[in-house]
Amino acid sequence: MDLKDKILELQRRREIAAKGGGDKAIEKQLSMGKLTARDRINALLDPDSFHEYDLFVQHDAKDFGMDKKELHGDGVIVGTGTINGRPISIFAQDFTVVGGSLGRMHAGKITKIMDHALKMRMPLIGINDSGGARIQEGVNSLAGYGEIFFRNTLASGVIPQISVILGPCAGGAVYSPALTDWVFVVDKISKMFITGPEVIKSVLGEEISQEELGGARVHAEITGNAHFFARSEQECFEQIKKLLSFIPWNNEEKAPRAVPKPPKAEYDIEKIVPVDPKEPYDVRDVIKAIVDDSDFFEVQELWAANAVIGFGRINGETVGFVANQPLVLAGVLDVDSSDKIARFIRYCDAFNIPIVTLVDLPGYLPGIDQEHMGVIRHGAKILYSYSEATVPKITIILRKAYGGGYIAMGSRHLRSDFVFAWPTAEIAVMGPEGAANIIFKKEIAEAPDPEAMRKEKVKEYTEKFANPFVAASKGYIDSVIAPFETRKYIAHAIEVSVNKDAGLPRKKHGIPPF
Amino acid sequence: MENSGDKKELSVIRLWDADYHTLLTKKYLNRKPYVPQNEKQILSFMPGTVQKVLVQEGQQVKRGDTLLILESMKMMNRVRSNVDGVVKKIQVTPGESIPKNYPMIELE
Repeated sequence: MDLKDKILELQRRREIAAKGGGDKAIEKQLSMGKLTARDRINALLDPDSFHEYDLFVQHDAKDFGMDKKELHGDGVIVGTGTINGRPISIFAQDFTVVGGSLGRMHAGKITKIMDHALKMRMPLIGINDSGGARIQEGVNSLAGYGEIFFRNTLASGVIPQISVILGPCAGGAVYSPALTDWVFVVDKISKMFITGPEVIKSVLGEEISQEELGGARVHAEITGNAHFFARSEQECFEQIKKLLSFIPWNNEEKAPRAVPKPPKAEYDIEKIVPVDPKEPYDVRDVIKAIVDDSDFFEVQELWAANAVIGFGRINGETVGFVANQPLVLAGVLDVDSSDKIARFIRYCDAFNIPIVTLVDLPGYLPGIDQEHMGVIRHGAKILYSYSEATVPKITIILRKAYGGGYIAMGSRHLRSDFVFAWPTAEIAVMGPEGAANIIFKKEIAEAPDPEAMRKEKVKEYTEKFANPFVAASKGYIDSVIAPFETRKYIAHAIEVSVNKDAGLPRKKHGIPPF
Repeated sequence: MENSGDKKELSVIRLWDADYHTLLTKKYLNRKPYVPQNEKQILSFMPGTVQKVLVQEGQQVKRGDTLLILESMKMMNRVRSNVDGVVKKIQVTPGESIPKNYPMIELE
């Protein structure tokens, strides 16, 4: 054999291995409306940038006839490439090879690329499409999952970790995505659950479809396990690329700077927020009136919509936005929205992204179900996250900021660096109606016309306390600003915070109210 | 909002004596009303199959006495009484498959 033959032989081997489970299995994958693992990688990465490793890895299982089976690539494709010219590590499970089931060598390929991503301080993208553990490999398969979870945890907060669920992801397998930063799902394709419909039926007698139990919509709307919901794989890949444009490549870097652009003229910040604190509006319009090009990239849009989180840019710099949403449930905090906000704050803090908080909430949602679900513990996560975050923190009180909600939403007392308030802000222990009913209970009850007296006292309280100036007089608010000045004040606050050094006491780690 | 099941028109939600105009979420509308615990009514804590009923109607029982065996999650679970009382009514028979929160035995 001369060199030419050897190269031909290599090409032949590559071609066979690249076919994964073969033509029939590929056809089946396509008929389910899914791309093949290889096509997914190529669709996501820059053209011709993907370089594959461990293509010729083979499993070493001997039991149950496995010694006679050759599984190309052992059911997973791994490698490196670039997205928008920046380096990235990726693995994609290949469902055409025994259902993308995870055995020892399959897991070994994944952990090898994870180690590489961590060492090279670059993001890791994992495309999940697997029937689960390879039963024939027994405990070796479980060991594989454990090794992946351990690395997910070590890499957390160091490099961005993205999980893309493009098929089933069931049993222990779902814990890897759950440990990563961002979970992307696609309608009708993604399925995630710990125990599937068959087990639930046999044990509990309850019947449910895979889609209803753990489909994309369920995780995007009800559980909050997913952060981004797409209607097609292509849309999902666009979302991933967009997310990556906002975030830094590791925890020692800053997010890439974009060309500064003004917000679009159609978003007039003075025309969005009604003065009456009981009237709704879409807080996302306020964000769009503030950020570059009115481009706001929302995270967890469908889950806990009474809070809004996401990324935008101010003068080209990435900013993480946290806002109450008066349009949904009056913008109250509750169990879900507390989880949503707290985790996002910790993400921004870990990756050097300044946090801008827009406040307009009546408080925490009252209710037996909320109390029994542990709103105390969940609500405390917001306090913890804001207090612990050392990135620049800028808070703007748009309208109402009552009671515990005022403290929680990035208040001065949790060490926000800048607290601004619009003239429409009402910073008080509670709303005027509730406060007047308590403070003037006797006067109202004893008045000849209690209703008239109540109205008068509400008006009196509103005039005296429902404004930003009481808090400003104590120095809890740094400046009362006109809405149109908001972008300017945020931009300046970020500019003068570049060298922020907020020393925290030395500790191994805190004990957050998980 | 493009949340599939959410109400699209504004509702009123009353918080601390003030009425707020806002959209309500599916999750909020579907929240479970609170039902106070009645220790005299023994409900199944899980779906399962009744294996054995160990008491009879009219029988005196003490707190901690095993009332019946419910097979669930491949376990033979002893269902005990939380209170002293008399068995008023037995609402299941051995071999019967029952869902969660199904009334099994009533005490008085």
